[in-house]
Amino acid sequence: MSSPTTFDFKDLGTMAVITPKGEIGYPEAAPFRTAIKQAQDKKMPRVVVDLSGVSFMSTPGLATLVEALQTSKRTSTALVLCGLQDRVRAVFEIARLQTVFKIVPSIASAMEP
Amino acid sequence: MKPKPPPVGGAFSEPHLHLRMMSSPTFLSGVREMVGSVCKRLGFTDMQCSQIALAIDEALCNVMRHGYRRASDKPIWVSLWSLDSAGMAVSPGAPAVPAASGTVSELNAGSTEPDAVRIVIEDLAEQVDPACIKSRDLDDIRPGGLGVHIIKEVMDEAVYERREGGVGMRLTMVKKRSSNKPTPPTTPNSTNSCGTPKP
Repeated sequence: MSSPTTFDFKDLGTMAVITPKGEIGYPEAAPFRTAIKQAQDKKMPRVVVDLSGVSFMSTPGLATLVEALQTSKRTSTALVLCGLQDRVRAVFEIARLQTVFKIVPSIASAMEP
Repeated sequence: MKPKPPPVGGAFSEPHLHLRMMSSPTFLSGVREMVGSVCKRLGFTDMQCSQIALAIDEALCNVMRHGYRRASDKPIWVSLWSLDSAGMAVSPGAPAVPAASGTVSELNAGSTEPDAVRIVIEDLAEQVDPACIKSRDLDDIRPGGLGVHIIKEVMDEAVYERREGGVGMRLTMVKKRSSNKPTPPTTPNSTNSCGTPKP
């Protein structure tokens, strides 16, 4: 049984790391958007979203990430996704968004310069 | 007068599983978990179960957001049938009755797993032209507009229609156990010229 989704935020100076844990569907999209916006508002050069703890994502979650990508392009900052589980990666592929985002395997690779 | 809901499932027989829920996003997680869990017991793979759960979530989300315009106190019905290879409803998983000297193989021989599952989602929202329920163009990268595309990609059949009685919509979806969907990407054909919100 799924527990309520949590959103951890870390300010590492030159980058922010957002770590959601749980599921990101319609009800979770708003707090997810708030967490990412919090990072993007700080104008950090890179925002990393660590999705390794996300077991389910539907289109409201994808929409939130597309919004964040548009913001990052507008502000010339980087948005990096990492740690996608197979079923979450499959949703990106069905929506043909896997090549639109910068997606790397792990948080370590997301933090590489 | 409160509209009387038409018989659930339209022309189909009595569903094997039937659920009435309110249009609150709070219940999305529980419903998709329940349906995914049932499909697992019906013999679908883990990936197929997660695809079915995703389709259910997207369909319910569309009803809540577009059909009921985010009102959280409207009814939605979810019905499920297990089907045989001819698409007929088949009673799932009835355990075999062993002979007095029955062996394990004899016990297993009687277990039946369906070939497919049919899931019907119905509501009392304003009716729209089913032809206008389409995804956005996938090449037009912007937030939203992907729910219908996801449903059609992961399910083997997905048909929208108006319910009888002039109120409400019905989505009938079928997922086959032999399905290897989603298939590789094809050229999108999703122009919406209906002037209605794209789900």
